[in-house]
Formats: sequence, structure tokens, C-alpha cells
Amino acid sequence: MTTFSTLALVSPESSSAIAYAEPTPVVAARRTLTPTLRIRPTKGWAALNLRELWSYRDLLWILVERNIKVIYKQTALGMTWVALQPLIAAVILAVIFGRVAKLPSDGVPYLLFVFCGLTAWRYFSETAQRSNNSLVNNAQLVSKVYFPRMLIPLSHTFSALVDFGVMLIMLFVIMAIYRVPPTLRLAAIPGFLFLTAMTATGVALWFSALSVKYRDCNYALPFFLQIWMYASAVVYPTSMIVSARWQTLFALNPVVGLVEGFRWSVLGRSALNPAMFWITVAMSVFALLSGAFFFRRVERTFADII
Amino acid sequence: MSELALSVTGLSKSFNIDHRRNGLPRYRTLHDDLLALPRRLLTTFSRNGRSTSEIFWALKDVSFEVKKGEVLGIIGANGAGKSTLLKILNRITEPTTGGADVYGRVGALLEVGTGFHPELTGRENIFLNGAILGMSRAEIRQKFDEIIAFAEIEKFLDTPVKRYSSGMYVRLAFAVAAHLEPEILLIDEVLSVGDAQFQKKSLAKMEEVAANDGRTVIFVSHSMSTVSRLCPRVIWLRGGEVAADGASSDVIQQYSNIGSVDQPRVSWPEGISNAGITELKVMSVGLLDKNRRQTADFDSSEPLSLEVSYTVFDPIPFCRIGFLLYALDGTPVFEIYDVDEDVDGGRREPGSYSLRCEVPGDLLKPGRYSVSLNAGMPGIKNLVRLDGALQFSVHDHALPGAAMNLPRVGVVQPKAKWASKTL
Repeated sequence: MTTFSTLALVSPESSSAIAYAEPTPVVAARRTLTPTLRIRPTKGWAALNLRELWSYRDLLWILVERNIKVIYKQTALGMTWVALQPLIAAVILAVIFGRVAKLPSDGVPYLLFVFCGLTAWRYFSETAQRSNNSLVNNAQLVSKVYFPRMLIPLSHTFSALVDFGVMLIMLFVIMAIYRVPPTLRLAAIPGFLFLTAMTATGVALWFSALSVKYRDCNYALPFFLQIWMYASAVVYPTSMIVSARWQTLFALNPVVGLVEGFRWSVLGRSALNPAMFWITVAMSVFALLSGAFFFRRVERTFADII
Repeated sequence: MSELALSVTGLSKSFNIDHRRNGLPRYRTLHDDLLALPRRLLTTFSRNGRSTSEIFWALKDVSFEVKKGEVLGIIGANGAGKSTLLKILNRITEPTTGGADVYGRVGALLEVGTGFHPELTGRENIFLNGAILGMSRAEIRQKFDEIIAFAEIEKFLDTPVKRYSSGMYVRLAFAVAAHLEPEILLIDEVLSVGDAQFQKKSLAKMEEVAANDGRTVIFVSHSMSTVSRLCPRVIWLRGGEVAADGASSDVIQQYSNIGSVDQPRVSWPEGISNAGITELKVMSVGLLDKNRRQTADFDSSEPLSLEVSYTVFDPIPFCRIGFLLYALDGTPVFEIYDVDEDVDGGRREPGSYSLRCEVPGDLLKPGRYSVSLNAGMPGIKNLVRLDGALQFSVHDHALPGAAMNLPRVGVVQPKAKWASKTL
């Protein structure tokens, strides 16, 4: 409010340093250069523009760093929560489904069985859940600065890897406790992790883009994820479904193949078969591409409606 | 210097305003859209849709060119499209028609402190904010010392910014942004932050940026004195269109003269506020004489009243509402608020109110004035700012000593008490 008066008080001498440019509108300026940027209205589907995404990788890493630093700030237990959350979840599931409901677990101790599924599942659901609201939480950024908006949900795909890493270490500890010997199959984990990341990013892109327009997503997603978990063979083995044809159909849910893939790598026992595997790969690619193209299509309106 | 930095041709941007919502912004829910679907289909087929919504053109066919190294100012009233223009040039939002060609890397400073995270320390936020504004890590590291020296926050580098005072926060944010090195820099009103000393420093920094580095700068501001100081060329936007484009002194002169017709009252049936503000809207502002008649012509000896009616939608813990008076040449005369003497009156409960303030007679010098309205939560956010909302004239009261009525210097002309005695 005091702006006007204080600025007026500043002595005008130094302004003489400004080069005086031609004040009239320029029409005949040379146009020898090609523009570095053309701003035009766009319609329909847009290209993914991966090159631009790559040029903003520094920002991506800083956003990832921020996510990690901020998430458990001002909690007494801090990063301990990363380990505590899946452990508590696994123990509850083991008691209810392993002890009380006595669900089968392919002949593996139920806690190990369920923890193995949870490692894949939680990485998937944490990524989806954290990125869901990420654009709205960063409305300030989205409406005030330009950068590829995809970086915001994408940063959660990477920052959730920290949680995944902790779970993986815990999984190895549980394996040691139950004396399950590690095999060479463990080398497949990065591959399955990559597929999980693709699927999770795809879902995250869909939901984060939708929640800019429809805040309903905030409320719907937790239930949706809960239903999805029970539909994804996390607490029971896919082998519970007897017919092979139904198993293949079941794999259209890519998370089934991913959870089974983790079990195959860790426990060596799983219903995963080549048909199921390739369906999972196809569905993961589909999830990522559809999410990315949908996101690109709607992102141009984000700043106007957020 | 004749190389082109930016060329804007036929740029337009429209928004849909939905009248069903009574002018108040609302979030859309899936439920709403599903319910509206049958109606939407019907209206699409019967081709008489859009009955309840209206297209509002924030920018209409704007064209101009900017040469490399030029410093261009953009002025205009609230809602004239200045910020929309910058947002389009910065690719935050897309134009509806037309376009722009940009020759060089664009950097923007649309709001100070965008992307600061309260939980992170000053050091971490410098990197975060720098990256968001488009700097690489290496670039930030290289400028790091310069940034903290400029912001004067060395001691608090490892404190989370949520513990910063608002002054420190703003200084840090400006420091990061000022060290951006794009070829084309877009700036929106950011100089009006911080205390007077810091403003002076940031203004000097902006001048340095514009003068030394030959950078192209596009600068949006409400402060005519800043614009005329920084920018040799000015574009005036009115209702989304270019009203004037030329040397800053000419354009500012024209802009100040728009109120050549005195305006005793302006009202907004649906209310007006700054973008994104939903808690308070101003419905009208007006001028009244001592008999409560609307007028824009006052006798210098008589009191005049400024009146504002507003509606509060959500409770506001503290808000001040007041007026700024400027002489027509832009000289500020005064700034007064309703809470100046009654601090407890700052709390606003939902409802509609009318507020009147009487300016005593025998104070203003004869001449023409413009009134701006300001409502805000000091140090937190501004709610409504209406620049040049009203214009009025004060004419000479026929003084008994009329023979000596020559033009006088000064901003005010109070009636003083004179005493004289023979010694």
C-alpha cells in the first residue's frame, strides 16, 4: 500500500542508465531468426514431448528430493514410519487372513507371502495416492510458473522408491527369518519394479489430471485402491482361481501379474505363466501411455480451472 | 537492436462465465457434470446452448512486437488482461486464438515465492525455487552466494522458511528470482513487496538487469512512477484490447486522462474482487456530498463522503477497507482505512455492509482527483484493489479574498487558523 509513495521517493538519476528504445510499434523488424517458441492454441491430442521433459530433469530431481524431505517432517518417528506402516499392515493382514480366515498361501508362511505382495502393492498404491492430489496441492506452482506439469505426479513415482527400498530390505529380513534361501530369480525384481512403476505412473497421471477438475477423486481414490488391492491377489494367491482361462483374464488387471512377479522372484512359487506375464507387460504399457496422453490432452486447461 | 524478441499477433483469450453460479467460483464435482450431461446433450442437439453461460474475452486481438533489449511496460485497470497476457507469454495458459512467437529463453516472475515449501530450509528452497523458475542446479550453485547476500539471510540459511518473518521470506524469494538469467523476462507487480528499503534495492536491481545485460523485459505494474522510471515504452490495455502503445510519458498521460468524465458512482451487480478471492466482494463505490446526494463535483469548503458497499461471504479475522486518493497527475494525497482508529472493527462476519467515510471540507486543493479502493488483510493478502475507481473535481470555494486566488503550490489546502495581534 505504501508502494506508490516509497517508489516515488527513489531518486530518478539512475534511470538514465536504461537504453532508450524506439517507442513506436515496430513493424519492419527483421525476421531472420526462427522463433525458439511458438505459442498457439492447441486442440485434441498432443505429443508427449519427451525431449522437454528431459530438459527439465534437474527440476524433477529437486521435486523428488522435496517430496522425500517433506513427507515425514514434524513427526516424532520420522522415517521410521516408512518401515512401520507396511509392517503393521502386513501383521494385520497376516492375523486376519492367515490365522482367522486361513487363506491359502502357496505353501509359504503367510506373513512372508503377504509381505511379498504388499511390497509391490504398496509401491503402486503410494505412488497413485500421493500423486493424486499433487497438482491441486501445487496449485500455486501450476498457476504461476511454466514447466511440464507431468513432473509433479512423476516426482512421486521416484520418491516412493525410498519406501519401496525400505520394504525390500524388510522383505529380505523376513526371508532370512523364515529361512527362505535367496535365488538368482531375485535379479528379476528390478524388471518387475520397472513394470510396477509404469503402471503406477499411468494410474497416477489419470487420477492427478482428473482431480484438477473433479475434486471427487480425493474421496474416491482411497476406496478405489482398497477394492483394487483385494482384486489383485495381494492377500490370496492367484492359484486360488482354478481355471487357467480365468487366470489369464484375471491378469488384465496388471497389478495381479506384478504381485505374482514379485512372488516368483522371491518365493519361487507363483501362478505366473508366460501368457500372464505378457498380458501384464502390455497392460502396464497401456496404463502408462493412456495416462500420459490423457494428461497431455487436459493439462493445457489446468491453470484456468485449478 | 532491431532484432525481434517477441511478436504477438491477434492474441485472444476467452473464458466461460457461468451465470447459474451467481458469479461465484465453485469447484466442479463429477456429480454436477453427470447431472448436467443430459441437458448438455439436449442443448448441443437443439443448438441453443450457452444460454446460461457467457463468453468473456480477457484479451481481444492483441498485437505488438518487442525488440531485443527493449523494456516494455504494460498498464491498465484491473481485469484489463495484463496478467492474462503474461500468463500466455509464459505458457501457463493457452490463447484461444492468435499466437506469439518468442525468440529466446523466457523467464517469469509472476509472483514472489512461488514454489517455496514452508517445511524446507532457506538453502533447500533456493534450489527448489531456482529450478522451478528454470535454472539448472549448476547455475544456482554458481549464484548461491550472490543470492543469499542479496537477501540478507545468511544466518537463517538452515532454518525452515515457515519460521521466517514475512520480510525475510519475500527478500529470499525476490533474490532468487532476480538472479534468473533469461533472455526475455516477464515481471508482474513483484516490486511492490517488502519494506521501503528493500523495494529500493529491488528496483535498482531491476534497472541493472534491464540496462546492463541488454535483456528484454516486459513489466506489468499499477505504479505509474515505477513504469515511467523503468520503461521507455508502454502499452495500455483496456478491456483486453491495446488502447495505446508508445512512449511511456504519452501513454501514461492518456491513461491518467481516461477519467475525463467525473464518475460519482460505480457498481458491480455481481460484485468484484481480486482474482481468486471468494470471501469478500465489493458491490459499489460512490461519492456523496454533505446532503447525501450523489455527485462528483464538490465545493472545496464542504465535506465529501466516500462510500463503499460490500458483501462478506466467509468470516475474515482481520481486514481493513479504505481509500487512496490521488491527484490526477498521480501524486498520492492520502490513504485511509476504516480500522485506523478501531482495530477491533477489523473482523468481518458474513453479510452485506455499507461503509462511509467523510473527508472534511477545507482540506483538498481545487482540482481533479481519482479514488482507489483497497481492501485487504495486511501482510497476508489483498482482497480487492480497484485503481482509479472514481474521479471527482473539487472547485474553488469563492473565497472572500478572491482577488488573491492565483494557483497555489502543494497537495492540500487546509483552512488554517490565523491569529494576528498588534505588538
